[in-house]
Amino acid sequence: MLNKILMSGATKTHPELSETFNQDEARVDWHDETLWWIRQKRDKSANSIPEWETLREKASQIKNHVLSELAGYLVSFEEKAKANGVIVHWAADALEHNQIVHSILEKHEISQLVKSKSMLTEECHLNEYLEQKGIGVIDSDLGERIVQLAKEPPSHIVLPCIHKKKEEIGDLFHQHLGVPAGTSDPQILTEAARRHLRETFLTRKAALTGVNFAIAETGEFVVCTNEGNADMGAHLADVHIACMGIEKMIPKRKHLGVFLRLLARSATGQPVTTYSSHFKKPRKGQEMHIVLVDNGRTVQMGREDFRASLKCIRCGACMNTCPVYRRSGGHSYHYAISGPIGAILAPNLDREKYADLPFASTLCGSCSNVCPVKIDIHQQLYKWRQVIVKEGYAASSKKLSMKLMTFTLSSPGIYRTAGKAGRWVLKHIPFAVNNQFNPWYKQREMPAVPKESFGEWYKKENQKG
Amino acid sequence: MSRDQILAALRKNQPEPVPLPLAIPTDREEVTGLVTKFKTVAEGIGSTVYLPDSLQEIQTTITSLFSKEKRMLTTVPELVSAGIPEFLLNEDPHTYADVDVAIFKADLGVAENSALWLTEDQMGIRVLPFITQHIVILIKISGLVADMHAAYQKIGTADYGFGTFIAGPSKTADIEQSLVLGAHGPRSMTIFMYV
Amino acid sequence: MKKVGLFIPCYVDQFYPGAGIATYQLLKKLGLDVTYPTGQTCCGQPMANSGFEHLTQGCNQLFVDNFAEFDYIVSPSGSCVLHIKEHLHTTHSENQAAEIRTKVYELVEFLVDVVQLKNLKARFPHKVGLHQSCHGQRGLHLSQMSELVAPDFSKPLQLLSQVEGLELITLKRGDECCGFGGTFCVVEEAVSVKMGKDRVKDHLVNGAEYITGADMSCLMHMEGILKRENSQVKVLHIAEILNAE
Repeated sequence: MLNKILMSGATKTHPELSETFNQDEARVDWHDETLWWIRQKRDKSANSIPEWETLREKASQIKNHVLSELAGYLVSFEEKAKANGVIVHWAADALEHNQIVHSILEKHEISQLVKSKSMLTEECHLNEYLEQKGIGVIDSDLGERIVQLAKEPPSHIVLPCIHKKKEEIGDLFHQHLGVPAGTSDPQILTEAARRHLRETFLTRKAALTGVNFAIAETGEFVVCTNEGNADMGAHLADVHIACMGIEKMIPKRKHLGVFLRLLARSATGQPVTTYSSHFKKPRKGQEMHIVLVDNGRTVQMGREDFRASLKCIRCGACMNTCPVYRRSGGHSYHYAISGPIGAILAPNLDREKYADLPFASTLCGSCSNVCPVKIDIHQQLYKWRQVIVKEGYAASSKKLSMKLMTFTLSSPGIYRTAGKAGRWVLKHIPFAVNNQFNPWYKQREMPAVPKESFGEWYKKENQKG
Repeated sequence: MSRDQILAALRKNQPEPVPLPLAIPTDREEVTGLVTKFKTVAEGIGSTVYLPDSLQEIQTTITSLFSKEKRMLTTVPELVSAGIPEFLLNEDPHTYADVDVAIFKADLGVAENSALWLTEDQMGIRVLPFITQHIVILIKISGLVADMHAAYQKIGTADYGFGTFIAGPSKTADIEQSLVLGAHGPRSMTIFMYV
Repeated sequence: MKKVGLFIPCYVDQFYPGAGIATYQLLKKLGLDVTYPTGQTCCGQPMANSGFEHLTQGCNQLFVDNFAEFDYIVSPSGSCVLHIKEHLHTTHSENQAAEIRTKVYELVEFLVDVVQLKNLKARFPHKVGLHQSCHGQRGLHLSQMSELVAPDFSKPLQLLSQVEGLELITLKRGDECCGFGGTFCVVEEAVSVKMGKDRVKDHLVNGAEYITGADMSCLMHMEGILKRENSQVKVLHIAEILNAE
């Protein structure tokens, strides 16, 4: 079903995609319960650290500082990395990033790449680009490999196939990895993936990883995984390419203490990922590259209201806590990065395409309060709404109804008359309101009509005394 | 040039400089508390933890635990014995694909998350802690610290080509949140904490 | 004697006057000088949250004109009060607007923080589920949110615990959003209803006879679902419970 939507080329909106997602209520419950459970694990883990809120505040301040000095830190980082023997590239946009990666592979006559998780490369559509150039790409993170085999994008930045049931994964592995039909035991499926990907690691000459944190002080970068796939790829390959968004910078090595304590706990409730690998120099005989990518980040930096979204450390906590995300699924956001953080990053790149995302929220504020770097996500969602309407991307029907509402509410007399009229209609001609054209009425009853408004009651009450 | 373009755009768009916050004070905890904490967390993550009395005890435990495994090696000179061969460097990392058990010694361990810090010179070769089917790490109890802030204080400005914190056996929960140990890295982790 | 101006949300005025009446009566019972300025209409939130903040000038000015004279402005609505606190700005009376932002209170916070009500005489012998409306909780800090590692507290519970006979049920998810969200309730109808259904189910499964809260909008949304499901469970604004004898 999803594949049909994705292949059709027409970008459906969040409400449309969510409506489809909600047709299978049992599945929505399963998706919602799974992610809520992860939110609870995060809570338990956070509560085991009495200084948790202090940590968040420190992380937020460190990132605020970094953003205010980012140019300087990037220059320092580049200098140190180069001195360590790392080759540093700069990419203004997604296309340039893809071209740089491709040119490195071409130079080494490499036609097969193994990749570990990098949301940046999803943003840049790297896999499609390389495949068109005849380069085979295998995603080594288990969740990513699964969605790759299913020809879907990941639905969550940390849990790529959270939307998939084990039976569906079993079917995929039966189709592509020769696992017996009907297998659904996670242990057996993981073992099959281990064997299949081990062969990949041992034969690929180039490995591409993401970057969780880059340290300006030393020129090193850190890659966090539970599976060890980034390391298996990088330490066996002749060429290691690391891709990072420029905002992933932190000033000093010691700041990792703050961020590594927050990252995994916020993401999944674990105290730390199994591996926190610090890459500083290439292995003897290996070529190590870093690609620093802008792709709209410098523009977001210039937006005072939305700059703080660049603090994001890609933990996914906002997705797990979002009641809308849990009941609509990552694919409903039709962008590489979904959920609350995706909704404030995407409009920066394309206001028209992502106009629906800031409205896919009740502004409940849960996201802002789990964010380890204290991004004011729900405030930014509100502010993006104003921008989107101001730039003309609101539906004309909405514009009309809003103008009508403004007119009605700006004058007490008109308001009272309209209110009385509305109540009269609802009471005497209910079917004028209770019909298929009223989206409220689809699954909810309208409120009962009281015999008088508060204003009318108050008037009578005061006339008594 | 994209580099100049990006830096120019940043300099134009960056906000006014904001200072770094003050550092988080690092707690000093009793060593006994750290051992219990480390062991509890490590076992919770899926590692097996031993508190041996002697080097010989470590050797005999290892050889009996992994008696069925074919290829074992250690980068720890004191452990080298009849049953535990020494790690010998072969520059080609692929030659370690058939290693069943690899034994290392860490100088730094973090109690809050049972992470053990290994640098390249302690690994023998970078791929070894990941490619081995089973990993064994020794840690001296005096090398334990309470949290990551203390850990980075100890690491300081050390120069290494590669270093990693290893908190347990490799794992994944990507399939319906079912935890499976042994994703791409080691299937098991055994830790020896000694005085 | 300090003068209290009563601000009644537009939809409470039109569809749930009971919540407004209970608020008025309760404040009078406590000996306060309460007036309802009859020229009020709306706080402007529906437009602002839909991205049409630029159309709220008229509403904002009307609000200032109606309420500037009062020492306190009290409203039985967390979301409206939060909106005023964060977004009330006018072109011609900004000083007054700024002052209003400091003296506007949601009912529960007014009763707990200003009146410091400790001896409420109320009786409501029923099983009640408390819905924690998001703007009141996370915006106005009426109670601690589950996301933070911080001491627990609850102003609504402080008041409900004074109501004789009231039995509070325990929910599985104490502070999850109900899914109303203003125009979200129709723009994202499928998700909105699913969220509402889940909230309602939590109360039903745990034995609620009444669902209460500080925001009638959330309750209106849940009531719509309850009625469609032919449930006997009713919604009541917290003012109506605190005013019950």
